[in-house]
Amino acid sequence: MTMAPAKAAPPPVSTSPSQIVGAPSATSPASHPVRRRGVSDRMRLLLLWLLMLLVPYVAPNSYVISLGNLFLINVILIASLNLLMGYGGQISLGHAGFFGFGAYVSGILDVKLGIMPWIGLPTAAVLTGLSALIIGIPALRLRGHYLSMATLGWNAILLVMFNRLIDLTGGPNGLLGVHPFSIGSLALDTDIRQFPLVWLVSLLVMIAILHLLQSRVGRALRAVATNEIGADAVGIDSFRTKLLFFVLTAGMAGIAGSLYVHVNQYASPETFGVNGSILLVVMVALGGSGTYWGPVIGALIYTAVPQLLLDYEDAELMLFGLGMLIVLIAVPSGLAGLPATLIGRRFGRRPS
Amino acid sequence: MSEALLKVDSLNCQFSGLRAVADLSFSVQPGAIKAVIGPNGAGKSTLFNMIAGVTAPTSGAIHFAGVRIDTLPTFRRAELGIARTFQNLQIFREMTVLENVMVGCHLHGKVGVVKALLRGRALRDEESAFRDTAFALLDRFNLAAKADVVAGDLSFGQMKVLELARALASRPRLLLLDEPAAGLPQAEAEHISQIIADLNRDGMTVLLVEHNMRMVMSLSHDILVLNNGQWIAEGTADHVRRHPDVLSAYLGETEHA
Amino acid sequence: MHAGSAILQLLVAGIGTGSIYALIALGFNVVFKSTGAMNFAQGEWVVMGGMISALLFASTHNIGLACIAAVVIVSVIGILSERLVVWPLRRPNALLITLVSIGLAICSRSLVMMILGKKPVGYPGFSEASTLFVGGIAIQTQTLWIVGLTLVFLLAMHLFFEHTIMGKALRAAAADRDAAAIVGVRVETTVMLSFAIAAFGGALAGALITPLTLSSYDQGALFGFKGFSAAMLGGIGSLPGAIVGGLALGLLEAFGSFYISSDFKDAIAFAVLLAILFARPAGLLGRADVVKV
Repeated sequence: MTMAPAKAAPPPVSTSPSQIVGAPSATSPASHPVRRRGVSDRMRLLLLWLLMLLVPYVAPNSYVISLGNLFLINVILIASLNLLMGYGGQISLGHAGFFGFGAYVSGILDVKLGIMPWIGLPTAAVLTGLSALIIGIPALRLRGHYLSMATLGWNAILLVMFNRLIDLTGGPNGLLGVHPFSIGSLALDTDIRQFPLVWLVSLLVMIAILHLLQSRVGRALRAVATNEIGADAVGIDSFRTKLLFFVLTAGMAGIAGSLYVHVNQYASPETFGVNGSILLVVMVALGGSGTYWGPVIGALIYTAVPQLLLDYEDAELMLFGLGMLIVLIAVPSGLAGLPATLIGRRFGRRPS
Repeated sequence: MSEALLKVDSLNCQFSGLRAVADLSFSVQPGAIKAVIGPNGAGKSTLFNMIAGVTAPTSGAIHFAGVRIDTLPTFRRAELGIARTFQNLQIFREMTVLENVMVGCHLHGKVGVVKALLRGRALRDEESAFRDTAFALLDRFNLAAKADVVAGDLSFGQMKVLELARALASRPRLLLLDEPAAGLPQAEAEHISQIIADLNRDGMTVLLVEHNMRMVMSLSHDILVLNNGQWIAEGTADHVRRHPDVLSAYLGETEHA
Repeated sequence: MHAGSAILQLLVAGIGTGSIYALIALGFNVVFKSTGAMNFAQGEWVVMGGMISALLFASTHNIGLACIAAVVIVSVIGILSERLVVWPLRRPNALLITLVSIGLAICSRSLVMMILGKKPVGYPGFSEASTLFVGGIAIQTQTLWIVGLTLVFLLAMHLFFEHTIMGKALRAAAADRDAAAIVGVRVETTVMLSFAIAAFGGALAGALITPLTLSSYDQGALFGFKGFSAAMLGGIGSLPGAIVGGLALGLLEAFGSFYISSDFKDAIAFAVLLAILFARPAGLLGRADVVKV
């Protein structure tokens, strides 16, 4: 054992903890080349959504505008699932169920109680979030596949309810007679009139997600997903963080559901089954799990591919499955990461 | 003498019959660097884990700044002002170096979901304060140039420093260091050693578990020696070095058995 | 009907369905063990087992031969599936394999639909007499076949895992991939083997259940969920857990649909399942997922 001479007694304690971290040093943050991604992502988002305002003008027919509406609703769905799954590492197999829950809450309030959609939408968001809270409290205390199982079970239960509570939901025939949103006496009952609303809500959700990601709570979520032990050590309550985002993202799905039901003025159970939930998870992965733009690509695939494959009838499913396998095997990080992967390969850098 | 910052009272930990820590009592004074040493299997890690909140003691009590903490979850202990590093590194590998340290600031933020969504002044102020704190720490540890690098791409030594910076970002009152020099070449170990000494000069209280004897002896004011989960000796480096039981513990003698 | 015999009748029905769920859950567990992934293609193999048996029966009129051949064919399909979509992954992880298995399920379902058609198919039970009357209750002979062959298969699996080199290698790879690789276990081979076993179990379930319920290409997802639920209920990754979970789920459905409502059968089963999971997170037989630092 080599032993160096010992030190003297401890020094007197006088300094406050803040001195240890120290005031901003000579090199001020501004002098560091910080990539302020937030600003540029925000600009890109605004530009992209401004560009989308052209859709009603360039669309050849009303059907294409209705696809645009569907795409924007899907953006909300997939982006919210991506926040939970891609950034938070929590796989929910019940997102389509929450989507349906929001749709039926808002639709039933309208059809059975005559409550206007503008009130139905926030109510749907809150009640869907609450239902997630009830599932999340027991399920998120455990690690592993429990959230997947619990959400799958919840989705299966919801589907039975949508189908069987016929007095309330209309059963397998669907919920009929849902009213559109209206501004004063102007009913938003055509695709082109609905577009601005769906456009605005989807933009607000995308902005909300960006703001969350660039805040303390968003970083906490990513920290928990990356290394729960490390997050715990810096004082993050991982259970509460996961629960918070589970509830939030379910609420977003509820908003998407409310939009969906009043835009289509109809809802039927099969849209909201476990299969739908699984496909949403797949769309998050195909677009790029844990990337900000991945969900936009995922929503594009989710909306457009079934339309493109319509002509192939029986082969539709096959082409879809094959395409999915090819993307997963060739670009496991998702299509949003494709440019970076290609550039990385070209310059011999490993993609991160 | 001032009141102890950390006080451990007759702590026991048993794993299916095996006593990893037996009836251990000691305290850490504010402003001190206290080291826990002992041969392999002495119970250092178990002790450390019980203080950090990873392992639950079978009996006994741990008080931190007068608050009993031994039943609290880890994140609650962090809230009280205990920060730690890990022997086997628990950094956020997929996040950038800057973000790692900013996560360390978590406890000192107030912006919740609503304020974040509105992205008002509160969020911007908090973000820039976190950023300043993080850069100040990174500057201090020569990591500022790597701020935007993904943490998983750092060298092992840099990761160790980063983890230390993250721990400091929470402005702890007690820093728990689990083998801060393990796996590092001598020069980097000395770098870490220097950082710890500097921190302590600024008033930080440190409890460390370390195998590197040169580091322990030169840094610590107070050394606790464990063997087979039991207290053997405690005191200054000189005292511990001269203590016959310490030598026999390290040499594997079992005369007193 | 007498209350006692009603209970017996439900018990028999529950054990019959439960055995099928146990077979599917076993497949689920084996793949989970070797990859950590949830295999969404599991249910498609059940459908394939039933539909290929039906096709072969139509041309051979020999039920035994048709079913054995179908199970073998589906096992080969399981192996091929693994080689085609899991093996090529450069950096496989549990989530990626899970996602890939969804793609595999979609392709499998579509292939079945295109090659074997959309119409539900079936064939008679394995025994000439379809129903036996024992102590006042009617038992379908096919149910006896289901329970019997499930037992044989599970016993064989038990012997395989406990007493053969290959079985032990598979378990070793499941326990610790890296360590197993160091001592010479070829981890990729064990993944392939697990797919073969899972496909075998699934196909057997399909071949056994078809005489009672018919088979059609779109039933796979439902079978998959039921198997997954049974696996979770019993304790994921455990062989006895698959049996207990499968039987528990089968009985839950049988009694739930009789005493409460057959419309809400699935909802009841899932609600009870969630309640059990929340009370016993590791499943009925599994051990808790302890996370060590």
